[in-house]
Amino acid sequence: MSNEKTAGKPAGNLISPAENTWCPGCGNFSIEHMMKSALAELAESKGIPLEKFVIVGGIGCHGKLTDYLNVNSFYAIHGRAIPLATGIKLANPDLHVICFVGDGDTYAEGLDHLVFAAKRNADITVIVHDNRVYGLTTGQYTPTSPYGFKGRSTPDGITERPINPLELMLVSGATFVSRGYTKKLKPLKQTFKDAILHEGFSFVEVLQICATYFNLTDCYNDQVYDLEGIDTTDFDQALAKAREWDYTSLARIPLGTFYDRKMPVFGEKFRHLEKRTRSRDEAVRAVLEEYR
Amino acid sequence: MRECSVMIGGKAGEGINTAGLTIASLFNHLGYRVYMYFDYPSLIRGGHNFAVIRAAEEKIGATRDTFDILLALDQNCIDRHTEAIRDDTIVVYDSYQVVNATGHPIDVDRILKEENAPQITKNSAIIGGFCKAAGIAWEILTDVFKTTVPEKYLDVNLRVARRGYDAAPEVIRIEPLGRPTLPVLTGNQAAGLGLVRGGLDTLVAYPMTPTSNLLHFLAEHADDLSVKVIHPENEIGVMLMALGLAYAGNKTAVCTSGGGFCLMTEGLSLAGMSETPVTIVLGQRPGPSTGVPTYTSQADLHFVLNAGQGEFPRFVVVPGDLEEMYYWSAVALGLAWKYQIPSIILTDKTLAEGGYTFDIDASGAIPELPPVFADGVKPYRRYAATEDGISPLAFPPESTAPVKANSYAHDEAGFTTEKAELVAGMQEKVLRKAESLHRELETFRGVEVAGVAGAGIALVCWGSEKAACIEAAARFGVKVVRPLIFAPFPVRQWREAMLGVHRVIAVENNATGQLARLLRQNGFWVDELVLKYDGRPFSVDELERRLAEVIG
Repeated sequence: MSNEKTAGKPAGNLISPAENTWCPGCGNFSIEHMMKSALAELAESKGIPLEKFVIVGGIGCHGKLTDYLNVNSFYAIHGRAIPLATGIKLANPDLHVICFVGDGDTYAEGLDHLVFAAKRNADITVIVHDNRVYGLTTGQYTPTSPYGFKGRSTPDGITERPINPLELMLVSGATFVSRGYTKKLKPLKQTFKDAILHEGFSFVEVLQICATYFNLTDCYNDQVYDLEGIDTTDFDQALAKAREWDYTSLARIPLGTFYDRKMPVFGEKFRHLEKRTRSRDEAVRAVLEEYR
Repeated sequence: MRECSVMIGGKAGEGINTAGLTIASLFNHLGYRVYMYFDYPSLIRGGHNFAVIRAAEEKIGATRDTFDILLALDQNCIDRHTEAIRDDTIVVYDSYQVVNATGHPIDVDRILKEENAPQITKNSAIIGGFCKAAGIAWEILTDVFKTTVPEKYLDVNLRVARRGYDAAPEVIRIEPLGRPTLPVLTGNQAAGLGLVRGGLDTLVAYPMTPTSNLLHFLAEHADDLSVKVIHPENEIGVMLMALGLAYAGNKTAVCTSGGGFCLMTEGLSLAGMSETPVTIVLGQRPGPSTGVPTYTSQADLHFVLNAGQGEFPRFVVVPGDLEEMYYWSAVALGLAWKYQIPSIILTDKTLAEGGYTFDIDASGAIPELPPVFADGVKPYRRYAATEDGISPLAFPPESTAPVKANSYAHDEAGFTTEKAELVAGMQEKVLRKAESLHRELETFRGVEVAGVAGAGIALVCWGSEKAACIEAAARFGVKVVRPLIFAPFPVRQWREAMLGVHRVIAVENNATGQLARLLRQNGFWVDELVLKYDGRPFSVDELERRLAEVIG
C-alpha cells in the first residue's frame, strides 16, 4: 500500500512469492504490511528470530495471509485457528503464535474456542480481521454486522443486534484487549507489537475495510478516536470504554489498548514435564506395579 | 476349581466398580487370570450397579450366565439376578439392606457402627465375608488392600473387612495356583500405557463414556509418565489442539466415543489434508446419538472407516484384549507419525472399561517406527513429493525454511494452489503414502487365527468379542478368524487365514453385521450373522446357545 513506507520498516523477504488475490482497496493489505513490519521490528529490537513466529489462519479472505507471509504457518479451517494455535504454543512455549481470524470465522463458527482461549489465558495473539461481512462467500451478514444490515442471505435486513467482541473478550478473561483500524497504520502496527509481546491471551479487533461488500471507510473516519490517558489495568474502565460503541450506532469508536494485565498463563503447569528422567518402558512398568 | 464367577451388586455411588476390581485383584493374587464386566446405568446415585468377576486358569475375557458366588449389597441385587443364582450359588449379603435371601448374612450396619467406620467401607465388610466364604486366606486380603486402599483409609478398611471375614463361614476353598501376580487393568489403562510406550507427549480429550477413564488415568499419572493431559472446551477443540501440538512436534493422542468423534471429523479431514499425525482412541457404545451411553456396542466401524470428507489414508486397528491394546496403541502412534496420518484405535465399552489380567511381556516387542525428518540442509518443503509419498518432517523453529502446513490443496512448499496438475500431483503423493503404509503393514500380524486349525467352519469377529468366541469355538471345534487391522484391510492375510473354510459365521455386537459388510466389500462372503445389539456383550453361555442354533 502507498503509505507502507511511512508506517513501517521494509522487511526483506517476509512477503512470500504467493500471488495476492485480495480485492483492490482491501483492508487486509494494511494488516499484512503492518504485521510484516511488526515482525521485522520485533526481530530487530527484541532479537526474536523470525523462525520463532508461527501464524495460523482460519478460512475467509483473511486466511490467505498465511500464504502471503513467508513465516511458519498453519492454514487451518473455518473457525478453528485458535485451538490449533493453542496446541502449537503448548508444544513449544518458545514460539510466538499469532492467529489471524475473520469475524464470521471466529465470532460465529469458532466462538466457543475464542471465549475459552480468553478464559484460559492461552499465550497466543488473536488478530480479528473484522470487516463485518462475509467476503469470500460473497456478502452475507456476520455477528458484528450492524442491526438492519442487508446481506445476500438477509435481503430485508437483519433483526439481530451485533455482538460487541471487546466486551465479550473482557468478560471472558482476555488479559490484553485492543482495537485497531486499517486506515490508522502506525497505531495498528504498535498494537500488533504490544499484543505479540504480551504474555497471555491478547486480542486485537481490527476494523477492516471490505472494499467490495461493505465499505465503511467514511463512517469509521468520522467516528474513530484514539484512547488516551486510561488505566489499562482497570477492568471496569476498560469495559466502560468497550461499551461506548455498540457496532450499530453513530457513537465515537475508541481505538487503542483497552486492557493489559499480567495473569498466569495456560500451560505453565506443564513445563516441568519436559524433563523425562527414565525410559518410557521403565515409566510404564513402574505404573503397572501399582496395579499388581 | 478351574474357574469361579463372582457377582457384586449394589447402588450407584457405593463403589461397586472398585469393589469388583478388588475382587479381581484377590483372584489375581491367587494366580488366576481374571476378567471383570462392570454394568451401570447412566446415573450417579441409586439404580443398580453390578460387577461380574470371572477367574480362570487360562486367559479369559467374557462372563458366564450364572454365578458361583453372589455378593449382595441390597435386595435389588438378589431380585434382579434370580436366574443367575443356582442352588449351589454362595450368597453373602448385607443383612441390613437385604430382607429376603438365603445365604450368609453380614450385619454390615452394626460392624460400621462398632468400628466407627464411614459408609463407603461397607464393601470391605462384604469382601471380608467373601474371602472367608471362598476360603481365601486373610493375608491375601491384606496384601490386596495394601495396594488398592489409600494408606490413610487402610486401617479402618482392614478392621471392617476383618469383622466381615469373621462373620462368614468357609464354604469352599479357592486353591492358590502358585503363579506370579499380574497387574489388573482396564482397556483404557492399557491403551494409555501403550500410547506412552509408543512416544506419547500429550493427551487431549473431552470426557465421554467409555474413554473418560483413559483421560482420568493419564491425568492421574501425568507426572509419572511425563505426559501433558489437557481437557479443552469440546471435541472440535480437542482435535484442533492435537493438530497444533503435532505441527510443533508433540506426539499427541485424543480419546472419545462415537458422538465426540462426529465433532472431530472436521479436524480429521484437516489431519488428512495437512498430513498432520494424530492418534484417536475411540470407544464404541450404542448409538445413534446418545443411545445407551454406559453400555457397549460395535456399530461405528463404517463411520470410522469413512469419516471425513475427501480421500486420505488412515490406519484403523481393533485390539481384542489388553495385550493387543497395549501393543497396538504404541504401534498406532508410531505409524501416525511415520506416515503423517490419522491412526484410530477402535475399541468398545466392554474392553475399554472392563478389567483384565494384563501380561505386558506377552504383548510382544514394540517395533521402532521412527518418523522421517528433514535433513536440515536443503530448503525445507513441508510437502516434498517423494517416491514413497512421505514428506520429511521439520518443526519450527528448527527448519531451513518456513514450515507451512495447509488445509487447502497445496504445492510442495505448502502454498495454496488450485492448479489442476498440482492438485492431482499432491493427491497422488498421498496415495503413494497409503501404498507404503499398506506394504509396511504386511509385516505385521493383521489377522489373528485361533481355535481349531483346519476347521471348515470359521467364526469371524472383532475386538472385545475375541474372548467369548474363542471359548465358544472350543466347544464346537471351529476356528476363529479376526482382523486386527481394518484399514488398510489386510486382504492377503485374510485370504490365507480363510483357506479351507467353507462356512463363515460372523459374531458381532451390532444389528447389521458391520464386519460382514466390510468383508463383502473386500470380496469375502459371510454365511450367517450372530448379532447382539442390546448394549451387552455376549456371555460365553449365550454365544454357545446362539451358535448351537446355527451350527446345530
